[in-house]
Amino acid sequence: MDTIPIQRSYEEINDKIRQGKAVVLRADEMTELVASEGVKNAFKKVDVVTTGTFGTMCSSGAFINFGHTRPKMKASNVWLNEVEAYGGLAAVDTYLGATQVQDDDPLNKVHPGQFRYGGGHVIEDLIAGRPVKLRAKSYGTDCYPLREYETTVTIGDLRDAFLYNPRNAYQNYNCAVNLSKRTIYTYMGILRPNMGNATYSSAGQLSPLLNDPYYWTIGVGTRIFLGGAPGVVSWRGTQHDPNAPRGENGVVREGAGTIAVTGDMKEMTVEFIRGASLVGYGCSLMVGLGIPIPILNEDLARFTGVSDSDIVCQVVDYGIDYPNAINRALGEVSYAELKTGRIDVQGKNIPAAPLSSYPMAVKVAENLKNWIREKGFVLGVPQVLLPTVPFTAP
Amino acid sequence: MASKNVLLIFKQNIMYRPIIYRLATEYGIIFNVLEAKILPKQEGRLILELSGSEEEIANGIAYLEAERVQVDLLVDKMHRDEQRCVDCGACTAVCRTDALSIDRPSMKIGFYPERCVACGLCILACPVNAMSGISIDNDNEI
Repeated sequence: MDTIPIQRSYEEINDKIRQGKAVVLRADEMTELVASEGVKNAFKKVDVVTTGTFGTMCSSGAFINFGHTRPKMKASNVWLNEVEAYGGLAAVDTYLGATQVQDDDPLNKVHPGQFRYGGGHVIEDLIAGRPVKLRAKSYGTDCYPLREYETTVTIGDLRDAFLYNPRNAYQNYNCAVNLSKRTIYTYMGILRPNMGNATYSSAGQLSPLLNDPYYWTIGVGTRIFLGGAPGVVSWRGTQHDPNAPRGENGVVREGAGTIAVTGDMKEMTVEFIRGASLVGYGCSLMVGLGIPIPILNEDLARFTGVSDSDIVCQVVDYGIDYPNAINRALGEVSYAELKTGRIDVQGKNIPAAPLSSYPMAVKVAENLKNWIREKGFVLGVPQVLLPTVPFTAP
Repeated sequence: MASKNVLLIFKQNIMYRPIIYRLATEYGIIFNVLEAKILPKQEGRLILELSGSEEEIANGIAYLEAERVQVDLLVDKMHRDEQRCVDCGACTAVCRTDALSIDRPSMKIGFYPERCVACGLCILACPVNAMSGISIDNDNEI
């Protein structure tokens, strides 16, 4: 990426934050300011805009080190509350994925399965401080002789518990409908046949990557709000794709950028991290995630002023097209339209329901705003930027 | 005019007796069958919307109970755990009676149990297990 024009530096902003003088707005408040006073004035007034999102993010999980046993053990199979965690790491390190289900779960044998408990629920239980049964197996070695281990732990007993989510905060997402003749149970919720309803999952104007569409300020080292605690962007997310189609305002019209994020579970709260059961689909994790965007130049003031009516997404059929990898959109709708609760798709007016929580997204952005204003939460200067595409001012 | 949604359970000993027609003929209640399930020789279950004055409905319910029909008011039986609910909106994709609906522009999810017909879809759809209540199949709260 070419360097962007800097009209206000990170150092300047962080000095203001340390002095408690930074002007911080939530992204929805910035939208109103830009609409009423224009980009130039908004740029002059505002140092940082906070974003937020709260929704199901399946590509999430936890690195856990449960501390050396006596005798020592190279745990190769690990279960937490009978949910298997990956043991192909050193000794007592393990990775618990959010979508892993309990070993005896009936899955979809009676469709739609309920998927009551899985990795996401273990993560919630740990963060809540609830006791969790830990079980491990090994084949035994000279240096790690122990073959079986079973105990009950709370998060305080664990040596380390980091959330490490390889793909979060998707920059935009599909609006889902169902053109098939039966009700389907998907990660986009319950979809009625013959396009009886639609679902969508984005915080729209509050969503982190939609407010910095070219990732000018978001990269490795960006300090974020993750599950109620400070976290960081640790890499680009899997499937990150800056080349998605964009509107004239630079905003992507479909799923595009993603980020990998990391944070300390011991500092998180269950208000912002929840295990999720998606009927007929599986287990997952609901994640509250917010990113502060430094207003380094006027373009960033304009970007963060984006409103729900400026952001569109693609309507995709999950009945036939999506499962068969047929890349086709039935239409395009804006988040302003989606938020009215009804949309028009191919001449049919249908109800539209959200799956990610807008009230919680506001809460995330508000919390982050207060951290910066009152707790001196300074901004991280990204050390490695995410892959992007050039921006040409309209 | 008031309206109340009820689950009626007719146990084996009364299930073949004509009972509910009197709600209309003697108690002035307009009833609308929302869902029904009859397990032959075991029990009958009905979800009804009862419309009439408060007094007519109260008298009608008293009559049903005197006839040994178990009457559950849905409004008392459906619950949302406010600590669990995250206002995501997944339930509003399936609720057909707007018992769960979005308050705009806050986008918070309003819960209006008096509109509930106990279809049970919100219990299935809720990702965080916030909804519970009875259904046509189950009078134990699920």
